[in-house]
Amino acid sequence: MFKPVQMFADWLTYGVFGLGRETLAGGAVNFFVFDTIKIFILLAGIIYAVSIMRTFLPPSRVREIILKKSRFAGHLWAAALGIVTPFCTCSAIPLFLGFIQTGIPLGVTFSFLVASPMINEVALIMLFGMFGWKIALLYAASGYAIAVIAGLIIGRLRLEHLLEGFDQTKRVQNAVLGADMPWAERRDYAKDYTLDILKKVWPYVLIGIGVGAWIHGYVPQDLLARYAGADKWYAVPLATLVGIPLYSNAAGIIPLVSALTEKGVALGTTLAFMMAVTGLSLPEFMILRRVMKAKLLFIFFGIVGAGIMFTGFLFNFIMR
Amino acid sequence: MKKIQIFGGGCAKCGILYQHAEAAAKALGLDYEMEKVSDYEKIAEAGIMATPALAVDGKVKLEGRVPTIEALKELLK
Repeated sequence: MFKPVQMFADWLTYGVFGLGRETLAGGAVNFFVFDTIKIFILLAGIIYAVSIMRTFLPPSRVREIILKKSRFAGHLWAAALGIVTPFCTCSAIPLFLGFIQTGIPLGVTFSFLVASPMINEVALIMLFGMFGWKIALLYAASGYAIAVIAGLIIGRLRLEHLLEGFDQTKRVQNAVLGADMPWAERRDYAKDYTLDILKKVWPYVLIGIGVGAWIHGYVPQDLLARYAGADKWYAVPLATLVGIPLYSNAAGIIPLVSALTEKGVALGTTLAFMMAVTGLSLPEFMILRRVMKAKLLFIFFGIVGAGIMFTGFLFNFIMR
Repeated sequence: MKKIQIFGGGCAKCGILYQHAEAAAKALGLDYEMEKVSDYEKIAEAGIMATPALAVDGKVKLEGRVPTIEALKELLK
């Protein structure tokens, strides 16, 4: 599918720039041109398609679906719908209250809150573009499992007493917005959303792929295996910790991580790092503090963090 | 008198929706009143889960996006 892009990258690198095919610079530039174009095509196309789909699934519709399910199915559905619902920190509180106050259990709400930022379309597209569909699928499946399990645990722990800052006895009606949007509006929405995301991520994508291309071309093979190979126990917790402050920058970090993986960082470590970047977001936690006690946030953080590390260790063990 | 409410916790998009809605109301020559709702509990109470959102005379018309002024005119009619 990306053959014409590769031909263009070859033509630009070896023809126009006159770099040698066997040189390091040639390899790095070719890699940069090809990956940048490929990633932007994927981002534009897939985000547009996903946004069109989203106009049929506004959050109130999602809530209605979850409300109709039994508790266990509720977790499965909440995590699945979290994947297709975009997560914005500014909407986190209305979303949270909107779930709790219509009677959706706390644990089910958390399944949604974990899945929504962790399995987002930008991260999946970048993983698909840089690592291939197998890794992207592995990431989505592990993230989904963590979301369902973390929600189930929080539900079992009965932590409703740790909520605060709003009237918990109040129940609101679920008002479903009509999905009768004209197609022209759906296309407008998808176009705006796609442009918004592209505007936000393009510098990170360029820098990420640029540094990635440099590592790809200049850093010796297996350099990092000594420090971050599968046999190093500390690699996974360290990767998780480092990932936390890098929230919402999946676009720039994935190309970088892909280059590091090539140089010997184990796959499980890479997955843990990526999940920490997207799933453990400090702004999200700070804003959620308005509706829950710090203790509940720590429990949430701890369970998701443990899930991420477990995933990392598991894949390092399997792939060894 | 139409009551136009804009819901949102002060994000950049909420401001844009406010401006667009006001421009649309003016273009239609409506007799209107604008209100900003930023209290989270009130937002949730209205059944809104994604900001910015817009309600006309207490009825939620859209959530989580900023349409064009043209599209807003349709909603405000």
